[in-house]
Amino acid sequence: MTSVLGRTSTTHALPLEHADTTTGPIDFGALKVVPTRHWARWILGALVVFVVAQLLFSLFTEPGYHWDVFAKYFFAPAILRGLGLTLLLTVVAGSIGFVAGGVLALMRLSKSPLLSSFAWAFIWFFRSIPLLVQVIVWFNLGYLYPTIGLGIPFTTEYFIEFQTVSLISAFAAAVLGLALHQAAYSAEIIRGGILSVDAGQLEAAAALGLPARVRVFRIILPQAARSILPNAFNEVIGLLKGTSIVSVIALSEVFYVTQVIYNRNHMVIPMLIVAVVWYTILTTVLSIAQFYIERHFARGSVRVLPPTPIQRARRWVRTQWDRLDDAPAEKTTENGARA
Amino acid sequence: MTLLRETATTGLVEIRSVSKSYGTHEVLHDVSLTIEPGEVVTILGPSGSGKSTLLRTINHLETVDRGWVSIDGSLIGYEHRPEKNPAKDGPGKLYELKEKEILGRRTQVGVVFQNFNLFPHLTALQNIVEAPIALKRLSKVDARQLALGLLDRVGLGDKADAYPRQLSGGQQQRVAIARALALQPKVLLFDEPTSALDPELVGEVLDVIRDLANLGTTLVIVTHELGFAREVSDRIVFIDHGHILEVGTPAEVLGNPQHPRTREFLAKAL
Repeated sequence: MTSVLGRTSTTHALPLEHADTTTGPIDFGALKVVPTRHWARWILGALVVFVVAQLLFSLFTEPGYHWDVFAKYFFAPAILRGLGLTLLLTVVAGSIGFVAGGVLALMRLSKSPLLSSFAWAFIWFFRSIPLLVQVIVWFNLGYLYPTIGLGIPFTTEYFIEFQTVSLISAFAAAVLGLALHQAAYSAEIIRGGILSVDAGQLEAAAALGLPARVRVFRIILPQAARSILPNAFNEVIGLLKGTSIVSVIALSEVFYVTQVIYNRNHMVIPMLIVAVVWYTILTTVLSIAQFYIERHFARGSVRVLPPTPIQRARRWVRTQWDRLDDAPAEKTTENGARA
Repeated sequence: MTLLRETATTGLVEIRSVSKSYGTHEVLHDVSLTIEPGEVVTILGPSGSGKSTLLRTINHLETVDRGWVSIDGSLIGYEHRPEKNPAKDGPGKLYELKEKEILGRRTQVGVVFQNFNLFPHLTALQNIVEAPIALKRLSKVDARQLALGLLDRVGLGDKADAYPRQLSGGQQQRVAIARALALQPKVLLFDEPTSALDPELVGEVLDVIRDLANLGTTLVIVTHELGFAREVSDRIVFIDHGHILEVGTPAEVLGNPQHPRTREFLAKAL
């Protein structure tokens, strides 16, 4: 209480002093600070709050949402099975795509003109075809090569393998389409990451006599990861959502399942919302994973790692808590000054 | 000074008739130089004279167009296989080494770069132990012991767990020297080790190099620090436009230069 009184008296004392003397230095540190008012910010903020409130209001009052239907189907076994297939496609096609992309990236950077031009052509070709078209082509490949077997030369082992599964299942067509598409894109992302590593790093690694495997996996890729990761997560999230394209070949991933259900019960919007919410949940999980993985690879490139959201929340609560102690004191000061 | 040194038996560098061009620009022209085991040689010259290129040919970071480089008699980048009957079939052929063999020979030569080139995602300690562990020279425990010892030697015993970005330029360069020493090279190359440093940090790096000079490792240094070169070198090589113009003791080259280009360079540098 004494400190409060002390503060009040100083704020009072200064103007009085200067009213008398008008000369002598002013102690600016003791003056009260009047914060700038951001009027435009306040008005726009109010507008945003209004829009969000209106949206929430309609979400709860508009009968067309049929939240009961949504709730009934959200955890329905058919939906969960579809979700499982969506995840499986993402993981399988994503893994194949990124490993193949890594190999293609190294091939493109290779000194062999044959390897690098093959990788270039692969990327060029599979980036040129829309994913939708590709999936349908793979699904219908049986029309083109009905009798391909082991005996034909100049085909890759990969090709033969899926032919022997007798005219490609829908799942294989989907994985092929997604994985090849992904390989072409991730190859460029990984190559970009490798190029972003300073040439001096390779030189230093070479001068130390480190074998190629160590140079790539211990020195270059961990550093490239920093610029690869944001784009790679974009790609994984794109792939997760891209799996909905394979609904055209009647593969029962989550979007196909919701379509089947609303064609039967005509509850289009609630069923679509089921898909929307599930996709949102999955991408949210990926975004959280992205934050922590990027933070891990930031070691060494920043002096202090940025705080995690949890640490930030804890710090925020702590400062708010500390302020609780100050708040009444400040109020009294103001009141005191006004009185 | 030479008398104080331990007598070194390895680390003989021979450079014979080396030429190297980038396109039409000839960087090195018929350069020959022999560096004795344990000798400290400084290469001086204006920028673009080919001094860094010459240094880098010693570790096969640059390949040469003509001529050859050897360390303790083994060629850099090639293997000589003589014919069974030299009188009849000639002196034999040079075979390009495989990547693995090149890497093996490279470990005899340590390099300290102008821009340190520490691995930024690894701590000081991890930077040093990486090569001895990857090349299976030492166990993890032994490598750690060695690295801590080396960090102590360059005066950074307390910085083992710091990342390069948390260190000053001078400290980073000292870690880089410790990293180069971890493979116990016969020859150490310094490519302008203090050029990227603030003036007040140059001294701490030069102190470390000075200590090394007394331990019997062959040192080849490209630098612009003339005072340091005079103090630490057994011989100084002056190179310009890819030609070696002058070789001699510091007193000879710095005190009584014979070639007009050397005199001109020193007049500007001092």
